[in-house]
Amino acid sequence: MWVSQLALTDFRSYPDVFVDLGPGVTTFVGRNGQGKTNLVEAIGYVATLGSHRVATDAPLVRFGTEQAFIRCTVESHDRQTLVEIAILAGRANQARINRSVAARVRDVLGILRIVVFAPEDLSLVKGDPADRRAFLDGLLVQRVPRLAGTRADLERILRQRNALLKSARAARRSDVEHLDSTLQIWNEQLATAGAELIAARQSLLSDLQGPAVANYAYVAQDEQAVLALTYQSSLTGALGEQVPVGSSSRDDWRQALLDAMAHVRRDELDRGVTLVGPHRDDVLLELGPVPAKGYASHGESWSIALALRLASFDVLRADGEDPVLILDDVFAELDSARRQRLAQRLQEATQVLITAAVDADIPDELLGSRFRVDAGKVSHDR
Amino acid sequence: MYEGVVQDLIDELGRLPGVGPKSAQRIAFHILAADPTDVLRLADALREVKEKVRFCSICGNVAEEPECRICRDPRRDHSVLCVVEEPKDVVAIEKTREFKGRYHVLGGAISPIEGIGPDDLRIRELMVRLADSGIVEVILATDPNLEGEATATYLARLIAPIGIAVSRLASGLPVGGDLEYADEVTLGRAFEGRRRV
Ligand SMILES: Nc1ncnc2c1ncn2[C@@H]1O[C@H](COP(=O)(O)OP(=O)(O)OP(=O)(O)O)[C@@H](O)[C@H]1O
Ligand SMILES: [Mg+2]
Ligand SMILES: [Zn+2]
Repeated sequence: MWVSQLALTDFRSYPDVFVDLGPGVTTFVGRNGQGKTNLVEAIGYVATLGSHRVATDAPLVRFGTEQAFIRCTVESHDRQTLVEIAILAGRANQARINRSVAARVRDVLGILRIVVFAPEDLSLVKGDPADRRAFLDGLLVQRVPRLAGTRADLERILRQRNALLKSARAARRSDVEHLDSTLQIWNEQLATAGAELIAARQSLLSDLQGPAVANYAYVAQDEQAVLALTYQSSLTGALGEQVPVGSSSRDDWRQALLDAMAHVRRDELDRGVTLVGPHRDDVLLELGPVPAKGYASHGESWSIALALRLASFDVLRADGEDPVLILDDVFAELDSARRQRLAQRLQEATQVLITAAVDADIPDELLGSRFRVDAGKVSHDR
Repeated sequence: MYEGVVQDLIDELGRLPGVGPKSAQRIAFHILAADPTDVLRLADALREVKEKVRFCSICGNVAEEPECRICRDPRRDHSVLCVVEEPKDVVAIEKTREFKGRYHVLGGAISPIEGIGPDDLRIRELMVRLADSGIVEVILATDPNLEGEATATYLARLIAPIGIAVSRLASGLPVGGDLEYADEVTLGRAFEGRRRV
């Protein structure tokens, strides 16, 4: 699939901009701070309803204005879809798909699929568990848009459950039994939604494993080092051997979550937070026998990050259609050997969008169709 | 901060649901600038609603008498009780004309974030009604969202030992939403297809 048109109004630094795009490689080149990332960030938003740079919507709306608009035409097989999103800072966003109002903004998920490579990717290796969960879940939601609802539910259930645990902590002893009957209900909701997410993550992880190994070996030019991805369940502390490691059965995980919650009940009441569940899980990355985090060199870390992104590309492509690849300023981070190999793989993709501060950052074979970005003006370079 | 009464007005408006400090300010200045007769009409409406309208002593719905219109109506089926969160849900269900029984309004849903537990809802009153009237079926029509589901599950477990049939509105309602936003046809169908829990 590919994006053929992008129009922005009051998105980031752009009062108004319109860009026609084609399949193949397109590069956006310009000095720092001119608005290159802002363009690809908007395309990313259409695919994921989020930014690869910020966690909230507010910075996406042009300073001093109330709402941002993104209009994006997505070409897929023989179908063309116009997605329009209004980002209303502070209020619920709105969306239209082919000019009819979407019941929920979430309905746009799945129309455009992307993989973003960015300097921040190093945090996949060096960052917190939350960064790796975001990686898995971002990919999951693109494959199975329904899971966006599950994730939203989970977040809400956790807030409710934590509020209840906190109030239980404050309550008198005689009230605790009464609290248990409502806690049980939130436990079951957490177990149901949590099991759905964990099972989906497990099956995604097993799909990623093969491509990750192959891409690591290719990017690092190292056939010896094997990259391993292992799901790290927060249930292990409570259940030990009983954790259904590697299982992608929802029933297994639902029961495990209920058991784990029963096990940590006292701790949770003491601390007033939910101690087990998908919000506490992680993915362990290992090179051979050695964990990547804390051990991998800078170069190895980049190879792992690229391997994970390329594996995402392979997994989405295996579903039937190429995702759009976005490379935001990554070449500047890589040595020439990694650049060449990455460029090689990118040439297979249906559409690749690249930003860079200077032409020299972009490998020659990827120059493609070129835009200059200067002070918010986007112009074709001929 | 503004002078005395203006700030008081902003503070009062800001306590209304869905009104943030900014909107409170905007509404306050709108009122200040508005025609006095319009403002007095609003004030009268507020006073009148507090004086005349109360909650039905049986079901908790809004009523202008001690008991609401539905509870007073002898044609309503006394054997079926529909449990809802808010009076507005009664209005939504009445529009479907699908339900001939009576209601019980809880006054909200279980939501620890907002500090609402079972004790803060009209659940004790519900259990009293179930204990001594000829009710044979309870339909749980709480909102199709997490809090509504939690409340329905809680009630189902509470009622089960009494031996009264409990059912939940069929799926098909827009998940995550409010009952009142479901269109009449969908809501009517959800009633017909209710399932035992
Ligand atoms: N909400 C906003 N309103 C107005 N301007 C904004 C907003 N958000 C970002 N900007 C401006 O956009 C510019 C950054 O644009 P962008 O991140 O696209 O730069 P870039 O061309 O990718 O630069 P670099 O080469 O440094 O990555 C900054 O000057 C910033 O002040
Ligand atoms: Mg940039
Ligand atoms: Zn009544």
